[in-house]
This record gives sequence, structure tokens and C-alpha cells, in this order.
Amino acid sequence: MTEPLLVIRDLETHFDTRQGTVKAVNGVSLEVSRGEVLGLVGESGSGKSITGFSILGLLDPPGRIASGSIRFKGEELVGASQERMRRLRGKDIAMIFQDPMMTLNPVLRIDTQIIEAIQVHDKVSHKAAHARAAEALRRVGIPSPEERLKAYPHQFSGGMRQRVAIAIALLHSPALVIADEPTTALDVTIQAQIIHEMQKLCAESGTALIWITHDLAVIDSMGDRVAVMYAGRIVETGAVRDVIAAPAHPYTRGLIDSVPSRNHRGQRLAQIPGMAPSPLNLPQGCAFNPRCTFADAACQVVPDETDLDNERNGRRVRCFHPIRLAQETVS
Amino acid sequence: MLVFIIRRLLQSMLVLLAVSIVVFVGLYAVGDPVDILLPDDANQSERQAAIRSLGLDKPLITQYGIFLGKAVQGDLGTSFVFNIPSIELILSRMPATLELALCAMVIAVLIGIPLGLWAGLKPGSAADEVITTGSILGFSLPGFWQGLMLIMIFSVWLGWLPSNGRGTTGTIFGIETSFATWDGLRHLLLPAINLALFKLAMMIRLTRAGVRETMPLDFVKFARAKGVSEPRIVLVHVLKNILVPIVTVIGMELGSLIAFSTVTETIFAWPGMGKLIIDSINKLDRPVVVAYLLVVTMMFILINLVVDLLYATLDPRVRLKGVSE
Repeated sequence: MTEPLLVIRDLETHFDTRQGTVKAVNGVSLEVSRGEVLGLVGESGSGKSITGFSILGLLDPPGRIASGSIRFKGEELVGASQERMRRLRGKDIAMIFQDPMMTLNPVLRIDTQIIEAIQVHDKVSHKAAHARAAEALRRVGIPSPEERLKAYPHQFSGGMRQRVAIAIALLHSPALVIADEPTTALDVTIQAQIIHEMQKLCAESGTALIWITHDLAVIDSMGDRVAVMYAGRIVETGAVRDVIAAPAHPYTRGLIDSVPSRNHRGQRLAQIPGMAPSPLNLPQGCAFNPRCTFADAACQVVPDETDLDNERNGRRVRCFHPIRLAQETVS
Repeated sequence: MLVFIIRRLLQSMLVLLAVSIVVFVGLYAVGDPVDILLPDDANQSERQAAIRSLGLDKPLITQYGIFLGKAVQGDLGTSFVFNIPSIELILSRMPATLELALCAMVIAVLIGIPLGLWAGLKPGSAADEVITTGSILGFSLPGFWQGLMLIMIFSVWLGWLPSNGRGTTGTIFGIETSFATWDGLRHLLLPAINLALFKLAMMIRLTRAGVRETMPLDFVKFARAKGVSEPRIVLVHVLKNILVPIVTVIGMELGSLIAFSTVTETIFAWPGMGKLIIDSINKLDRPVVVAYLLVVTMMFILINLVVDLLYATLDPRVRLKGVSE
């Protein structure tokens, strides 16, 4: 088989601050195949968004990729020229942001913002670009697109704006879309619509998707594979069904247990004890060990990512004491 | 839109009325122009005659009534000193001041906005430090001192530029202006720079702050994620967003340049309105002062109106009252 669409190896993204170096992404390795939906799950500050921005080369200073490799279609992106990255962005890799109220420029009309995204990569006339812009809006389910093109972002609702952002991201049928919590700021009903729409559109064009979220339920409904991040590292990867049914890392387990819908009514919601560590002051060894009920002396060293025994399909976990089904029945 | 403009102009009538009352009463309280206008050896009957002829013998309220009655017909009184209609006097001086103010504003905008962008895009860089520090100088050095230094350096030491007067003027579209001749432009340069330095510093500050505020916003990042080039991001996405505060300040400052460039006009002996108003105040030439302040008020009202209309074109979220559907 050929190389997957996107291969990230040992990515380290650091922020040099006055208080010290924050290792926001601390040795992340992951792959995305063509057309695959990968859920990147973690709490705020776990480094999942920074991983996404690292791929696109959109880190704001002082953020920088300290080491590692990001290969897209076999091409190394770490250290690629600004101009090369600009040509890639929007064309081959697109991104959708969290807050649709903020992603569109408030003083530019929708048509301006779509047409510039078309013309920056394709040499087409303004008229042809306009027609494509209208078609793009129709595809994401915006009624009477010709009229809406003349509107300004503030005349759209949040859900509509996110549709516009999705339309822009899909303009050039990119091979990969990075969606950074695109439904977090939306109503639940709109969330479901957007997720459904994204799934459909990506399936149509064979676009791979990295869906960054803190909501496991969303991944459960749409993802092929999931990668769980904690304090800058991926702690567990695998097929969504396997991971949700039988989480191996204690942190994943904690996350799944704290989803309200999985608990019985009236019972106390399960919580992960303690707080997420400060990125400036990570615990020695496995960053989760102070909050982990299974932690022992071995956990003072950072565990490697290992294939979980008796698992196929790329199930890996970064833990000395992965939870196995047998163990669960004992405890 | 038209409704909005008409409403604003009607409101401005009230403002003008209020200003005229305040100015009229204020000037009345300041002093008696007859003392200054008449020679020291004038006798009592000459005094009485002068007072009567200037209409100063009537009570204040009557004087104001007469003034108002004439004002609505476009007559703002006759200068005590020059004995010509005060509005004519002001209008004759206006082109000199307008060209000076416009020239200063153009210098400030054309240099200030690019420098502000540069500084804002590279915060902490050497260029930013130099530009920002320079703008502090522009802010803090007093205007009259800057003017004197300009004269000393460019006129006295280097001898490049003339230090006073308006030089030869020519006519463009029937307006007498210094823009028309090379000599006029040379005369214009130093006072315009003097007026521009403060505004320039302000433009730099304003633009820099706007850029620093706007660059980290999501829509800039999203534009980058679309593959939009950096120049287009700065010149279209960012600049259009920060233009609203910049246009506001340009409007206000243009007004103050036209109305209050008195110090610079005095230093450079520029025959504009600023010099006229200083002379008129010294001689208590009431009709000129009143007319001048009314003209200035009207000008501010018009500039504000234009700025408000510009808001609506620059920022689609702004809806003018009376324009709504």
C-alpha cells in the first residue's frame, strides 16, 4: 500500500514564553488515510488545535515546530517555504474554525470572501468565480445563494456562517480538511445538521477529515478512527468503535465515563480526579499519573506508544497499565 | 440616506443657533471694541457717533436680534476694522488655510498609515522601535517649537525652503492656490510639515494599535487558511477593518487643522483664517469672530456628517438612523 495521505512523526510544537518553553505538542505521531475521518479528542490545552495549526503552518508566534516531520502526499511540510505553504492552504488542506462568528471578515461581503479564495488558487474570471461561489453555497444548503452572496456576515446566523466557512473550505475539493471544533459554538440541532452535511460532502469528494473536538459523542457518530490527546501527547489511538467500547488508557476511560448520557439518571457524574496539568509544569513521566488510579513507580517514565496486544487495526496506547477487559471484571 | 442627511442638517441649525448665542454673549462680556477702535484723543461726541454707527448703543438682546435677523439672510455683519462684510473677509482667507490643512492631512495619512502598518506588523522589531519612538517625539514636542526648528534648519541653515508667506499663487479651477506654482509649493511645505507632524504621530499610533488588535483575530487566520497572500490580508482584510477609527480621527483632526492652525500660521506668517482670527480677537472685531466661529461650527458639522456617511460604507454593520428599512 502507498503511504497514507498525512503522516506526522514525533511532532514537537513549542511556545517559548517568559516563564519557559511550553511543549504544546510533545511528540505526536499520527496518520490519516485518504477519505478517512480522524477524531482528535482532548481537553482544552491538550494540544489538539495546535497540532492542526502545525499541519497548516499557521502557528502564531512564539509558536514554532521544534522538531518532527509532517508529510502530506509524500511531501515534507516542516520547513517548507512560506509560499509553498500558502499554495497548499485552501487548495490541498483546508481548515474550518471553531467560532463561525469570528471566521468571516465582518466588513467584506460574502462574495468577496469566497471569490478571493477561488481566485487565489485558480486563474478564473470574476464571473466564473462568482458562479462557482453561488454553487458552493448551494452545496452546503444555503437557500437563494445568488442573493446571499451579496450579504455581509452579520446578516447570517451562526449556523449559516459555519456553512459558508465549510463552503469555502471545500471550494477546491481539498484532500484534507482540518475542522477545529466547528460545531462547539452552535446549537445542538444545528450541530447535528452541520456534522451530517460535513460527512456527506467529504464522502462525496473523498476528502479526509481531522475533526478536532472535546466531544466524544460527536466522534462516536461520525469518526472512523480516534486519537485521544492529553498534555501534548497522543495517549490512545484506534478505531472509534473499539476505543469507545473498550478504552485502554485510563484517561480515555475517564473521558468516556464522564459523558453524561452514559450514566444513569440521578447518579453522580463520574469525574477524573484532579486538574489538567499546567503545560509549563508537566508531571514527571506519564503526564496523567497524578490523576490516575493505576499509577505506580513505573509511571515516572514516559511510556512509549505500544500496540495493544491482541488488537489489530492500529490500536495503540501510551500506558504501562492499559485497561483490559479481563482486568475490568476483576476491579 | 436623504432623510438622514436632512435630519442632520436641521439639527445643525439648532447647534448653530446655540453657538451664536454663546459667542455673542461671550464677546459682549469680553470688552468694549470702541476703546480699541477709536484713537486715544477722540472726544465724547465722536465716541457716541461710533457707538451708534456700530449699533452698540442698543441693549444686548436687541443687538442679537438684529444680528440674527441679518444672519438668516446670509449677512453675518461687517468687520469693524476692515469695514467689509465679515463673511467675505473669512472666505477670502479660507483657501490659504484649506490648502495648508489638506496638505498637512495628506502628508500625515500617506506617511502615517504605512508606517503604522509596518510597526504593527512587526511588533518589537527595530523598525517598530524607531517608528514608535519617533511618534512619541511627534506627540510631545510642542508645535511652535517644531515650527521654529523647521525654520532654523531648512530656511536658515540649509536655505532650502522659504520661511514665511504664501509665495506666488496661481489659479486652478478659478481658485487661487499655492498648489499651482512651484514657488507656492515651496512656501507651503514647511508649514504643512509643521502641522502634519502631530497628526502623523497620531496616525502611526492609531494604525499600529489597530493592526495589533486585528492581526490575531480568527478571520485573519481563516484568510491565511484560504491561502490568501499576506499583502492582500493586510491591505484588504485588516486595513478595511481598522479604517473606521482612522476615518473618525482624520475627520476630527481635519476640522481642527482648518480651524485651529493659528500657531503655525502665525509662525510662518501664513495669510490664512487662523491669523485673521487672532488679529480680530486682539482688536475685538466682534462680527468677524462671530462669523468665524459660526463658519467653523458649520464645517465641523459637515465633516462629522461626512464621517458618519463613510462609516456606513466602511462597516456594513453600521446602520444610520432614518435609513433603516
